[in-house]
Amino acid sequence: MIGIHPTQMVFFSSALFIIGVLGILFNRSHIIRILLSIELILLAVSMNFVAFSTLHHAVSGFIFTFLILTVAAAESAIGLAILIIYFRETRTIELNSMTKLKG
Amino acid sequence: VISEFLFNVFGALALLSSLPVVFGRQPVHAALFLVFVFLNAAAMFVLLGAEFIAMMFMVVYVGAVAVLFLFVLMMLDINVSQIKRNVQAEMPLILCLGAAFAAELGLLATGKVMSTVSEKSPQTEPSVISIYDIGHVLYTDYAPYFQMSGAVLLVAMIGAIVLTLRHREGVKRQDTTEQVLRGTDGVTLVNPLSGAGLGGRQ
Repeated sequence: MIGIHPTQMVFFSSALFIIGVLGILFNRSHIIRILLSIELILLAVSMNFVAFSTLHHAVSGFIFTFLILTVAAAESAIGLAILIIYFRETRTIELNSMTKLKG
Repeated sequence: VISEFLFNVFGALALLSSLPVVFGRQPVHAALFLVFVFLNAAAMFVLLGAEFIAMMFMVVYVGAVAVLFLFVLMMLDINVSQIKRNVQAEMPLILCLGAAFAAELGLLATGKVMSTVSEKSPQTEPSVISIYDIGHVLYTDYAPYFQMSGAVLLVAMIGAIVLTLRHREGVKRQDTTEQVLRGTDGVTLVNPLSGAGLGGRQ
């Protein structure tokens, strides 16, 4: 911690988290926007982990940041792959029309 | 303090550029602004003393995830104006959540919530966590999680390849098994006349 109050870090990360959550609610029909908002949320969580692990000089927060990074990369890769095959089938990616599983 | 000022500047830039990610019109611009958000977050990590995390974020997010998003956005060729935003149904929920979160942020900004944390914080030893410490903990205490994250990445890679792989009809491919198993009877030796071609035509 180099002279930075933890409140600042928590303020920025929670503001980023809020923007991500509101983005998911705001773009309910646009799946790419939802994926981007999820990336924002994961970034906010990672910022919190990094801030508090530098504050308390604990390395475990860094490790969890790596795990979050891994899961985020895997999630976006799989999500975009599913998006591509869905687009090949139906020529649209609108979330409201994704009702195939309803039968 | 100069680092505190820079921290605030990068944080404000990250927040400002995260707004077009969520509320902008063009998805390509949204992906590019997401790159900018991650650059600012990496700068904040550097100011916090987490240089390795910052570099990891640059490599993984800017180099891999954002490029992946841009590739998919260009491949899909979607009409942006087709996707309508109908936020009327969710508007009360958005407003309620927004008000609650704004109240939370206001509480944070007053500095009363986090004061206990900063008092308890061990400021005696402001040493930076080095990459040696990270590796030491990651390969001993958290070794199972490290292995599991590798498995997650492998499964994600194989899954993405299997999902998007398709065999189109009418595309000529090399079938190695058929080539190797083909006997000498499949080959016909001909000796065409010079200038006449295979059919003997002039």
